[in-house]
Amino acid sequence: MVMSQTSLITNFLRHDRGGQILLAGLLLIGIAIPLANLVLPESSPWHVSTYTVTLLGKYLCYAIAAIALDLVWGYCGILSLGQGAFFALGGYVMGMYLMRQIGDRGVYGNPVLPDFMVFLNYKELPWFWFGFDHFGFMLLMVLVVPGLLALVFGWFAFRSRVTGVYLSIITQALTFALMLAFFLNAMGFGGNNGLTGFKDIAGFNLQSDGVRVSLFLASVLMLGLSYVLGRYIVTAKFGRVITAIRDTEARARFVGYKVEYYKLWLFVVAAIMTGIAGALYVPQVGIINPSEFQPLNSIELAIWVAVGGRGTLYGAVAGALVVNYAKTFFTGFLPEAWLYVLGGVFIFVTLLLPKGLVGVFQSRRGLKPRIVSP
Amino acid sequence: MSNTELSGLMPASSGQDFGTHPLIEGAIDTSHSIILYLESVSVSFDGFKALNNLTLYIEDGELRCIIGPNGAGKTTMMDVITGKTRPDSGQVFLGQTLDLTTMSEHEIATAGIGRKFQKPTVFPEHSVFENLELAMHADKRVWASLVARLSGAQRDRIDEVLRTVMLAEHAHQQAKFLSHGQKQWLEIGMLLMQNPRILLVDEPIAGMTHQETERTAELLTSLAGKHSVVVVEHDMEFVRSIARHVTVLHEGGVLAEGTMDEVQNNQRVIEVYLGE
Repeated sequence: MVMSQTSLITNFLRHDRGGQILLAGLLLIGIAIPLANLVLPESSPWHVSTYTVTLLGKYLCYAIAAIALDLVWGYCGILSLGQGAFFALGGYVMGMYLMRQIGDRGVYGNPVLPDFMVFLNYKELPWFWFGFDHFGFMLLMVLVVPGLLALVFGWFAFRSRVTGVYLSIITQALTFALMLAFFLNAMGFGGNNGLTGFKDIAGFNLQSDGVRVSLFLASVLMLGLSYVLGRYIVTAKFGRVITAIRDTEARARFVGYKVEYYKLWLFVVAAIMTGIAGALYVPQVGIINPSEFQPLNSIELAIWVAVGGRGTLYGAVAGALVVNYAKTFFTGFLPEAWLYVLGGVFIFVTLLLPKGLVGVFQSRRGLKPRIVSP
Repeated sequence: MSNTELSGLMPASSGQDFGTHPLIEGAIDTSHSIILYLESVSVSFDGFKALNNLTLYIEDGELRCIIGPNGAGKTTMMDVITGKTRPDSGQVFLGQTLDLTTMSEHEIATAGIGRKFQKPTVFPEHSVFENLELAMHADKRVWASLVARLSGAQRDRIDEVLRTVMLAEHAHQQAKFLSHGQKQWLEIGMLLMQNPRILLVDEPIAGMTHQETERTAELLTSLAGKHSVVVVEHDMEFVRSIARHVTVLHEGGVLAEGTMDEVQNNQRVIEVYLGE
């Protein structure tokens, strides 16, 4: 038994070249970037600015969300176009904690109420803001809030056997509805301004290089963990069941698998993973507002996964990094053109590279993407 | 119900953690050597009698062929046995004790009746081995699948079925690359992984080459004994090559029963098949 346990851990990464490269790359940037930022003087050509560190950290958060979508879409055929909702909810949970960290240093100097509440004549803290002054409680809520939404939503959707494009549409509607709700001042989440003006996290200055690098490292670590967890899930028998559901759902049901439960479990895990990504994202960009719920974000997420290549996990990471780098590049000097470029890339990939970028490398190396038996 | 509870009922499964018999509410009582009883079963659809007072007994371990012209009620009979269609009247029993008319499709399947449909539906992207693994009689809940590892006994069982259905050399090939005949065999293999007592096989050789047909005949005859096999088939030559016992259905009832020779020389069968 002990032997099979250890071989379990080594087995699921052994045949995974892309994953090995990804994890090695994460280890490398996890060591090199902090050193280049904190140790090297700014005059050095190898110095990495704090701005770049934060930008990279942001990309890594996107990559975590992309892995989560690849799990549900690439492996189980659930094209959720509402993943942005879980991302934003994780972000809001973190934002609420960061707001309460401001304390009496806000413009109005109220020790309990965040500025926007004072401005809107709140007399006391709404009940759902309680506990968010505790770091541990916030961490718990980062898991609970997106997970619970996915559980309730998924329970109804999967039990009613909503699949395919209908599921995509209702997930899109979910994130749109949340966006409209969060725009309301009466919701108590800062309305269209959202939450911003953060100062500290766990008592440390959010603007300091040390905290920036720590957040970057946390993103590196979470991406690595998400990959390993995802890889474990898809190489377990569970992974073969969900791909069977993707390919012939009725047959999987006939063989005796409770398809609803499999989808629900996977959907909830992916939502939690996405929520964590959102929570790591917010302190790095310094703001969370309802526009994070906008349907376009969820669609872009699907494009990253499609561009990188579905059903490999590392392809999703590659897609998220490449597309977002391109976005930063293009919006720098041709902001109007970006959406056209993105659309063009999506059409190009869909028509010519059905397996995405990683498919190009796999076919060049003569590798075939497939599920490996343990 | 746990495996340990059942082990007393099923001596053959003792000492193995996957069981060689299906997970069932009660053991199938074949003390009268009959495993499947259909007695005076009638089914009608909008006034059309698909089954008309059909009475049929399948012996434990036998290979039975069911033939009959189109509309004779062959498929309806299969549907009644598997619980897809409920009879208007009559009794359907598995062994002495299990009343199939009160059980759901899922319960009937786990009680030990496996059905192979005409059109093969395997998992195309999975390997042959993985197809069998997925079909295996095991705990199919989410957590079990997350931590499941194939035991030696389960691996042996898969290998055994791979050899039985003549796909050992294709174990790691994706199922979509199999020939039509091989897909049919794989599906029979997937049924076998669920350890059924009765295999219902609907037109197994449709679309098969001559060679595949021969090998399918060998496969089905080799399964008899360990399982009861009920084959519905049009192809007379094929039926002759495998059948020990043939039942001819006509207009929802049994027209004749016996060996192939007896049936073929039966005057009423000749009338039905060759026309009045």
